[in-house]
Amino acid sequence: MALTVVPFGPQHPVLPEPVQMKLVVEDEIVKEAIPVIGYVHRGLEAIATIRDYTQMIQIVERTCGICSMIHSLCYCQGLEELMGLEVTPRARYLRTVWGELHRMHSHLLWAGLFADAFGFESLFMELWKIRERILDLNEATTGNRVIVSVNVIGGVRADISDEQRTWILKVLNEVERDIRRIEKALLEDHTVKHRTVGVGVLTKEQAFELGAVGPVLRASGVAQDMRVLKYAAYDELGFEPIVRTEGDSWARCKVRFDETIQACGLARKALERLPEGELRVKASGHPTGEILTRVEQPRGECLYYIKANGGKHLSRCRIRTPTFANIAPLVAMMPGSELANVPVIIISIDPCISCTER
Amino acid sequence: MAQEIRNIEIGGAVEACRRMKAEGWRFVTMTATEVDEDSLDVIYSFDKAYTLESFRVTVPKGQKLPSVSAVFFAATFVENEIQDQFGLLFEGLAIDFERRFLLNEEVRTVPLVNKQKLGTKRDAAN
Repeated sequence: MALTVVPFGPQHPVLPEPVQMKLVVEDEIVKEAIPVIGYVHRGLEAIATIRDYTQMIQIVERTCGICSMIHSLCYCQGLEELMGLEVTPRARYLRTVWGELHRMHSHLLWAGLFADAFGFESLFMELWKIRERILDLNEATTGNRVIVSVNVIGGVRADISDEQRTWILKVLNEVERDIRRIEKALLEDHTVKHRTVGVGVLTKEQAFELGAVGPVLRASGVAQDMRVLKYAAYDELGFEPIVRTEGDSWARCKVRFDETIQACGLARKALERLPEGELRVKASGHPTGEILTRVEQPRGECLYYIKANGGKHLSRCRIRTPTFANIAPLVAMMPGSELANVPVIIISIDPCISCTER
Repeated sequence: MAQEIRNIEIGGAVEACRRMKAEGWRFVTMTATEVDEDSLDVIYSFDKAYTLESFRVTVPKGQKLPSVSAVFFAATFVENEIQDQFGLLFEGLAIDFERRFLLNEEVRTVPLVNKQKLGTKRDAAN
């Protein structure tokens, strides 16, 4: 049978952002996949050399419209280390709260798209309805639903009052209850299992060798999560990575659901232990030197390389996002799969193309 | 976190990557940065049990660098990105997008290198 090249994307119902996979298929079986990106490249790293490094906070938090706050957290963290700043305990805990709220809303967004990928539209709507409550928390505490703009160099610019804290804890309990109820409907459904179990398998060895990160790596049995590096307040909250060993699309879904529940718990703990104190320390002077700093975004390890020369503009700001790292594993998951399973495999890595291309 | 980045020779990058792989390090990324008018730095970063280790190669502009994609396939895409952003070409890439990974055909400048204009690899070959 002759080989055929089938273009998947850049426009496709399951893709929230444009990306193309050129699929070489034989008899409906994928033999090879070649990614084609560049549809939403914005040149953000070039902007870093012409904008003041304090203005760059607004740029980096727009790298992604989903894990926005964690981008600015990584960036500010790197500059704080270069400038020798120690962030206050209250700021570290608040960063953790908003970081985990971001993780929850990101995973819920993804879960809705995942359900929609195989036609489970009602579940997609239910999951996004739960997500709306998280966005309401963001809006009430920071003024914005998604691009919350809370991180500044030296701390945070917004606070959570005692009344808001009580309300957030109540909402987190409700959200956790609803997620547990829906998880059963999604992950134990016969049709969902048929479409996801054994689909897009990535072995532990492949995941490690190909540089996979985040839930893609952890669903293949490698227990690595950058929150173990103890940035923000994670060292004081007690945290273990969530791991599964099946390495298929179902396992990646299960890891994200478990992480969403875990995020509820981490946000709850951070709020209960929120220390009193200032929100930020004064940053004087300009950063000098170079640094590599990492955080765990919802999609995985995000690395920032920052090089500064003591002036107002950075020499270099390099952003390695988790979806960029997961391109190689995605290419490895495709060969041998059926053409009809390609949308599920692609969505199972939780691709964020705006992050990938910056 | 702040850490020391050791320097190695251009020709030693592939062998260093092979050694890192044999010792169980995970490939994280490569970072290119312009040093001055005449040279670029490429920093290779690896992770093992949450320890990040990096080494740096300084490359004169216009010189090609051997690709490490045969050792770490994951390097394929970041090397293509560096070709696009810095005009630094790699020899032996597993998949070569010929400076069209992120950039489209109308782009004739090198985005992250000050004032440098460059065509596609096809232009250079012709």
